[in-house]
Amino acid sequence: MVKLLLDGIEDPSIRYLNGYRAHGGYQSIEKAITMSPLDIVEEVKKSGLRGRGGAGFSTGMKWSFLDRKSDKPRYLVCNADESEPGTFKDRYLMEKIPHRLIEGMIVSSYALGVRHAFIYVRGELIWVAKHLEHAVGEAYSAGYLGNHILGSNFSLDLTIHVGAGAYICGEESALLESLEGKRGYPRIKPPFPAVSGLYGCPTVINNVESIAAVPWIVTHGGDAYSKIGVDKSTGTKLISASGHINRPGVYEIELGLPVEEFIYSESYCGGIKNGRALKAVIAGGSSVPILPAELILKTASGQPRLMTYESLNDGGFTSGTMLGSGGFIVMDDTTCIVRNTWNLARFYHHESCGQCSPCREGTGWMEKILHRIEHGHGTQADIDLLVDVSKKIEGNTICALGDAAAWPVASAVRHFRHEFEFHVRHPDQVTAPNHVANAAAYKYEEITHAKNND
Amino acid sequence: MNPTFSESTLSNINRLLSRYPADKRKSALLPLLHMAQAEFGGYLSPETMDYVAQLLTLRPIEVYEVASFYTMFHKQPTGKYVLEVCRTGPCALNGAESIIDYITRKIGVTINEISSDGLFTVKEVECLASCGTAPMMQLGERYIENLTEQKIDDIIDRLKHGERLDIEPNPENSILFRSCQGQSNG
Ligand SMILES: Cc1cc2nc3c(=O)[nH]c(=O)nc-3n(C[C@H](O)[C@H](O)[C@H](O)COP(=O)(O)O)c2cc1C
Ligand code: FES
Repeated sequence: MVKLLLDGIEDPSIRYLNGYRAHGGYQSIEKAITMSPLDIVEEVKKSGLRGRGGAGFSTGMKWSFLDRKSDKPRYLVCNADESEPGTFKDRYLMEKIPHRLIEGMIVSSYALGVRHAFIYVRGELIWVAKHLEHAVGEAYSAGYLGNHILGSNFSLDLTIHVGAGAYICGEESALLESLEGKRGYPRIKPPFPAVSGLYGCPTVINNVESIAAVPWIVTHGGDAYSKIGVDKSTGTKLISASGHINRPGVYEIELGLPVEEFIYSESYCGGIKNGRALKAVIAGGSSVPILPAELILKTASGQPRLMTYESLNDGGFTSGTMLGSGGFIVMDDTTCIVRNTWNLARFYHHESCGQCSPCREGTGWMEKILHRIEHGHGTQADIDLLVDVSKKIEGNTICALGDAAAWPVASAVRHFRHEFEFHVRHPDQVTAPNHVANAAAYKYEEITHAKNND
Repeated sequence: MNPTFSESTLSNINRLLSRYPADKRKSALLPLLHMAQAEFGGYLSPETMDYVAQLLTLRPIEVYEVASFYTMFHKQPTGKYVLEVCRTGPCALNGAESIIDYITRKIGVTINEISSDGLFTVKEVECLASCGTAPMMQLGERYIENLTEQKIDDIIDRLKHGERLDIEPNPENSILFRSCQGQSNG
């Protein structure tokens, strides 16, 4: 099993500088300062590393968009806001091996010509921020941060910053607003942060896991990294596994692992809890489309589904989903899809920043309608209304929170429409203990299905 | 009485400010509000917010609009211990609803209410990046994970008796949060 990000995690001393150095830590800085910054950007491009925050955009490409001609300072900001339901990998990495992220911040800043970098940690993870701060202190004392790092001309300050509770601050432009001491309102783009980001200066924003992968790439080369994984899904990925499984936790996988192996192998999720049957999976954090068991294990064309950006997306949103942040939420056959969807809709309504009407109002409508259906007060027309509202949010907002709110709802109706119909047609049964099994087995009229599934 | 930070917090604040560009002091607003909430009674009163505005030379509205946006800032007094239980999807799959129900019944409060002894407030919060150890809650700076009814009984009884909970020691060199430490650890 390849371990790049979590290498050495079984040794508790790796949390501290000496332990981390005993595992080869900080070597990439010595190599980096002998290279030209643009050569490092090239290596990162060659590696094929894709952003691990959810969108999967090429990290090397993003770096090459940074405006290097501007005479303003340039900033690197690490997104450690981790608030996507189902995702807890960044927290794990920062808690156990904070120096790997700090080393990544240092080499990345060198490559980008940054003099001052920030790590924005979600406020609730206050003790994680403390460990990071302690580690930053150690790195300053050892000469890896501050002026003339390791005797070179490269100097860097690194500030740990805390948020105060708001999912939206994970969206990169909201994060910048928040870091400037304002409400986390996403900005209209363009201009993109690469041109006008923090304090109006050219800025790169990357997820914790993306940045933590850079030291390995610098030390071993982009080609070596690109040989791990398959196709355009290179390297390793941290997967946060939760829900009805025997072994929840954070796993570093080589991209390309079959989904079935990930769910059932004793090295990963260890199968479904209490010997129950798999019903559905949300594979990449709560925002990505939910898939029923048969479509998460195999694609619509019958190929084994793999843990890669491409394979999970096979079939588009008709029969596929996304790797997203790698928040892998497993549901067994006792799960009421309507209730779970209502729960997530409530989350997005709660977290909508309120700037755009389609999102602010639409998420509220979806929550309300789902609440009605779940509690036996829904109508047939409500199911169609739900899909209609989700379509009116999608693509009509400043940031992607609107899409993130729409997809879980639209996909739940797409793949589990019969369960919604059951709730609507049998309101007297929605609190019965066996209602989940009955809803799952419910047969509804084909004609309704065809009409509404356009 | 007007709020005033202690000397040691003020010197921490100076160090905090030195971490942001000299003309971008507003960036320190969120950390500063955390410190203020910890030092002035566990919530942000209008007087506290005005004081923070004055420290950063901001207009009061710039502080109010920020304080009201973020869920970690309490605008009303709370119990001495705030139990923030996660209610989101993955936690709900593993029993968050019944655990929330158990906690509120055990303490005898509804959500967001202060218990009659002034000790507890129970809040429902969204995903805390701890979904693999569900159900879970935040208590001050700590996460308490894999909650069971027995664990809840134990925690609440100990807090009622004024006992400290076993917690992992936090690194001491941290300046951002030092003033937050005492509040929640019992
Ligand atoms: C509503 C919303 C929430 C997000 N939350 C996070 C988050 O918690 N962490 C993260 O790294 N990216 C998050 N993102 C994605 C960021 O906007 C951004 O794409 C990412 O940090 C870029 O880093 P990467 O290229 O390394 O993935 C979120 C996006 C949206 C729309
Ligand atoms: S859903 Fe509760 S911590 Fe993530």
